[in-house]
This record gives sequence, C-alpha cells and structure tokens, in this order.
Amino acid sequence: MYLSTIDISLILEKLILIVVVVSASLVVAMYTTFAERKVAAVLQDRRGPNRAGPFGLLQPLADGLKLFFKEEIIPNLSSKFLFILGPALAMLTACMTSAVIPWGDHIDFFGRNVSLQIADVNIGILYVFGVVSLGVYGIMIGGWASNNKFSLMGGLRAASQIISYELAMGISLIALLMITGTLSLKEMVVQQQGGFWNIVYQPLGFLIFLICSFAECNRTPFDLPEAENELIGGYHTEYSSMKLGFYLFSEYINMFISSVVMSTLFFGGYDIPFFDESVLSPNVAAILGIAALMTKTLIFIFLFMWVRWTIPRFRYDQLMHLGWRILIPLALFNMLATGAGVLYFN
Amino acid sequence: MSEHILLPEGSLEKQTTTLNLGPTHPATHGVFQNILELDGERVMKATSTVGYIHRAFEKIAERRALYQITPLTDRLNYCSSPINNMGWHLTCEKLLGVSTPKRVDYLRVIIMELARIADHLICNSIVGVDSGAYSGFLYVMQYRELIYEIYEEVCGSRLTTNIGRIGGFERNFTNAAFEKLEKFLDEKTGYPAQLREFEKLFTRNRIFMERTIGCGPISAERAKNYGFTGPNLRAAGIDYDVRHHNPYSSYEDFDFAIPVGTTGDCYDRFLVRNEEMWQSLSIIKQAYRKVQGFTGAEADVYHADVPAYYLPEKKDVYTKMEALIYHFKIIMGEADIPAGEVYHSVEGANGELGYYLISDGGRTPYRLHFRRPCFIYYQAYPELIQGGMLSDAVITMSSLNLIAGELDA
Repeated sequence: MYLSTIDISLILEKLILIVVVVSASLVVAMYTTFAERKVAAVLQDRRGPNRAGPFGLLQPLADGLKLFFKEEIIPNLSSKFLFILGPALAMLTACMTSAVIPWGDHIDFFGRNVSLQIADVNIGILYVFGVVSLGVYGIMIGGWASNNKFSLMGGLRAASQIISYELAMGISLIALLMITGTLSLKEMVVQQQGGFWNIVYQPLGFLIFLICSFAECNRTPFDLPEAENELIGGYHTEYSSMKLGFYLFSEYINMFISSVVMSTLFFGGYDIPFFDESVLSPNVAAILGIAALMTKTLIFIFLFMWVRWTIPRFRYDQLMHLGWRILIPLALFNMLATGAGVLYFN
Repeated sequence: MSEHILLPEGSLEKQTTTLNLGPTHPATHGVFQNILELDGERVMKATSTVGYIHRAFEKIAERRALYQITPLTDRLNYCSSPINNMGWHLTCEKLLGVSTPKRVDYLRVIIMELARIADHLICNSIVGVDSGAYSGFLYVMQYRELIYEIYEEVCGSRLTTNIGRIGGFERNFTNAAFEKLEKFLDEKTGYPAQLREFEKLFTRNRIFMERTIGCGPISAERAKNYGFTGPNLRAAGIDYDVRHHNPYSSYEDFDFAIPVGTTGDCYDRFLVRNEEMWQSLSIIKQAYRKVQGFTGAEADVYHADVPAYYLPEKKDVYTKMEALIYHFKIIMGEADIPAGEVYHSVEGANGELGYYLISDGGRTPYRLHFRRPCFIYYQAYPELIQGGMLSDAVITMSSLNLIAGELDA
C-alpha cells in the first residue's frame, strides 16, 4: 500500500543522479592525479606527462590501464580476506561521501523539479564525518593485513593521525554549527546565499578545518602514513595492481570531497559571489552554481598540491603535538568565543 | 622531545620491535643495513652492518700501476669523483717528487671546488627529500647538470670522471669549458641565484627547522674522538679544514672562510654545507681570475714535466724515440715508482680523504689505504640515532652524507 506512494520516477531520478555524481567524482579524481603531476612539473621546472594524447590528457587513462594489467601480488603470509577488504573499504567510503553534497540548486527538467543533491539529510555534515572516519579502517586493515612492519607502522600512523585531527576538525565545526543552527549542507548553502559566507564569521575555524583536512587526506605536511623515505610505501607497501590503484585513487577522491566540503561549509557552496541568482532562470542558475562550486573546489585542490610540493613533512611526535596541544585548544577557544558571540548578538 | 611514561618491568608495552632499515630501503641511499630496535617509533638500539658493496679496491690497487688506480678512486665518493682523482694524483706526485705549475694548481682548484658544490648540493637537497620536500632537490639538480657539462668538456665523462693525470690534466681547458664555467657562475641566471632560492625554501622553513634542529647531534668532543672531519666536524664547532691547515694545490693563495656550527645536528650540518657552497663559489671565481691572468706560453701550461708518468702527445710518439719509449712504458704499466711511504690528504666534499701509499719499488704500490671519511661517520651513526625517532634516523643518514661506495670501498 505504501508502494504506490513511492514515486518511481523519484527513484529513477536519484539513481541517475547517483551514477552521475559518483562517476563525476571519479573522473575529477582521475584528472586530479593528472593535475597533480602537471602542477608538480610546473613547480619543479619540468614538463610533466605530455606523451599520452594531446598535452598528455590521456595520461590518467594510461595509468589506470597500466595498474589494471599489473600482476596482482598477495603476500603469502598476509590475511587474504582483509588484504582485499582494505583497499575496497578505502574506495567505498571515499565514494560514499559525495551523497550529501549539494552540487547545485534545483534544475527544471521538463517540468520536473530535480534537486542536485542525492540526499538532503538533516544530519548531512555528521554523515560526512561518519563516512570519512570509516575510511581509516581501510588503511588500518590494509596496513595490518599486509604482515609487514612498514605497512603496520603506516597503518598505525594513519589511525592515530586521523583520530587526533578529527577531534580538532569536529570541534571547529561545532562553532560553525552554532552560527548556522543546522546540520544540513543544503540549508547552510541557502543561508550563505542570503548573507555573508561563513568564512567571514569563522576565519579561525576555517583555518583549523583546513589544516585538519590536510591531515585527513594524508597530504603533505601530514603524509606520514605513506612517508616514502621512512616507510617505503607506508600502508600500501605490499600492494600492487589495482588494489594499490584503489588506495591512491581514494586519496584523490578524498581530496576532492574535502575541497567540496570546505567550499560548501565556508565559501558558500554553489553560491556565486556578488551576484543575485534569482534573476536568472533556475536552469541557468543551477549550471552557473555548479561551475561556481567547481571553481572553488579546484582552487582548494590546487592549494593541496601547492603545499605538497613546497614544504617538508612533520615528524610523528610533532604531528601529535600540533594536533593535541595546539589545534584542539585553539578549536575549543574558537568554540567558546563563537558561543559567547552567538549568545551576545541573539 | 616528549616524556616517556614509566611502565613496570616486563609489561607488554615494553616489548620492542626489530626493524631492518636496509640494505634495500629508499632512505639508505646505497646499501647500508641498520638493524633497529624500535619502541613504537623510537629507536632504542641500532646495529650497523658494512660491506654490502665492498669491492676490495685497496687490494686491487696492489696489482695496478699508478695511473690505473685513478678509476678506482672515482668509485669511492661518486658524488665528487674529481676530488678523489685529484687527491690520488697529488699523492702520486708527492711520492714521485713532482711539483706542478701554478696554472695546473688553479685549474685543479676549479674542478675540485665544482665537485664540492656538486656533492654538497646533492647532500643538502637529499636532506630535503628525506624530510618530504622534493622540489628543492630538482631545483639544484639542474645546476649539477651544468657542473657535469664542465667535467664533460674537460675530461669527457660525467659521473666517474677519471679526470686529470699525474702531473696535471690530459688536455688544456677549452674555451667552451670556460664559457660553461661562466654560465654556472653567473649571479643572475647561474648557480648563485638558484642557491639563494634553495636557501629561501629551507633555511627558515619552520617545519624543516623543527625536523632537523636537535636531530642526530654530536658534540665536538665525541666527533673528534670518532675522527670526524669535514663538514660534519665543522658543524660540531671545530674549524678543521685540510685546505687551510695543510694546504695542497696552492690553496694558500685563496681567500676563503671556514664555516662552523655549534651543535653538530642535522640543521648545523645543512647550514655549514650551504655556506661552504658559497665559499666554493668564491674560490672558483678567484681561481678563474688567476687562470685568466696567465699570458703567453704560460697560458698553455696544463701539466708538469714528468715524462716518465705523463703520456706524451700522440704526434711525438710517432716521431720521437724518447716519447715512444715512455708511451710504451706507461701504457704497459712498466714505469717503476720509487720506494717510499707517503700520506696525502685532501679536503674531500665529505671530509678528510687520505691516501696512504707504501711503495717498495716496482710498478705497483706495496700497499694503499684510503682514509674514507664515510667509514668513520658510519661508526658513529648508531650513537647519533639512538633515542630519536625513526624519521630522525633517516634524516641523520642523509645529513651525514653517507655514500656507500666510499664507506665500503
């Protein structure tokens, strides 16, 4: 009897949206690997990949193909099930995060109002956090199942790093939530469209969030879990073929998603600055909105790369020191200050 | 450094892990094995192994004529082979009692200082790479290429140079070589500009400083006891430099400073090496000016007059009896060397590189010993990394500039 109340076309619409969003984030991640190599090349006075296709544009495809055809090696003494589960989990959680991101406003599709968000759940940001936290299991399980000391150390580093930095990240977010009063990402964007972007209210919170995102994505200066010079490959030392590809790839998807989340939380999401979208037809506004969000995201992705190819990485104890003794107190202070501010102005 | 929580005896947390750092590990540039006992990430005890690329050079040298030993010295510290080559030639000249013309000395100084720069820039940029910053490495690497092109112009090869001969150089420097040198020295587009950029990237970089300050330190006293020399000793605060204290190849004609550190940690070693590159640049400029000062017949002098050990020109071999005899004797390794015992050392890029040569006459040395600075540093390595983190161990190894080829000889 409830079946009739479920709109079949809604299911269809959402399915299509899921396919589009997941494949879009995969493609973006793919070309992020390409961008990474090109950005690195520019920063290092090199040319970068330029052989496969025009300007080397087919390089990521070639890389993927190569990884698929590589021999798959599973160490004899590893725990086989977990060894495969590790990269699968990492990839899965990386792909799942995109579900609650509002990519744009509604579009009008032959009289049908289609929301450009897979699920506007009212706990959106909590969902992102939950799924991202699960991602560390992929790394830990992979590091442990490899039965290699370097992998194990990489896995342990990843676990302790992500747990430590998630705290500061969460606390910095609480301050933001005090202002917005909602956990829904869509709501937050709508609020920012009317007034100032959240970065204006939360500069310190954003800074903490940014630093923690670097740590969450295992990017320099927090790339200790895979510090090549110390741990060879870190948690993916023993991995080969596409399983290695999954690990590397999930890192880029995470980077993409973090950039999107940062743009959404602090930089107005699909909001176009200094411009009133309501004068445009909804379809044009939505497309321009997507473009705005993507531009912001790309700027963040570039920032990730710029930092990676410029500065050295922390040592393990310094990383912990920064996380627990600097970022968490700062985030707590930010939370108190914001709380006081909210109390005073309301 | 964080404080340790005290645990009761025999508790599970007190168990340590054994980790093999090397012989094949990205951090060990070369083949070193270090068996580390780790408590978490902290190094409790380290045991080093040597001998993975021991090629018995000292023994091989006992069967070779003097000029055939030069290629062996290439393969000691292959980041700065010209210094090794020159050191060996100077040792031979000391035994044979040959005195070289000033122009040869100055040309040698140019090549040796270029080699020192090549060595230091690799060492310092590798410290950067091992701390996670890769770009600086590629920035300076482009300029090592310019140095290698100069080698190429002078002797024809790049890495294992076999540059020079007993008594001087195999041929005069071409104009192209000097042009390349000028290109390298150019303040705006040459190495000085790049070195400044490199320093900007690292010297005051907060993360880099936190990583290297207090990492793998050694006191002046300990360093002396171990027999440290070169930048690693100077970083600990002792201003010992063979170029100044026991000048060879007319180093006394040059004006240069000897940078010293205070703590002997990785950061001081980094700074000392950077400053030494500046000093080397200044020495090269002085030497180049002096070389340009030679006129007339003097400007064409590129070797001493030692017919018994220096190969005659090919056209003389075809036309002159004497030249043919010397040519034959040298090529066949039949040039007898006088009996005697000499020790000569040069300031290698890595430290005091000494050659101890005993000859009982005949065509080959009776015994030849290389004093290899790396071998000495490596003995101190376990002590330097004890109590530090695993990451410190990696940085310390690259900052000591341990070169496997030199260590194992």
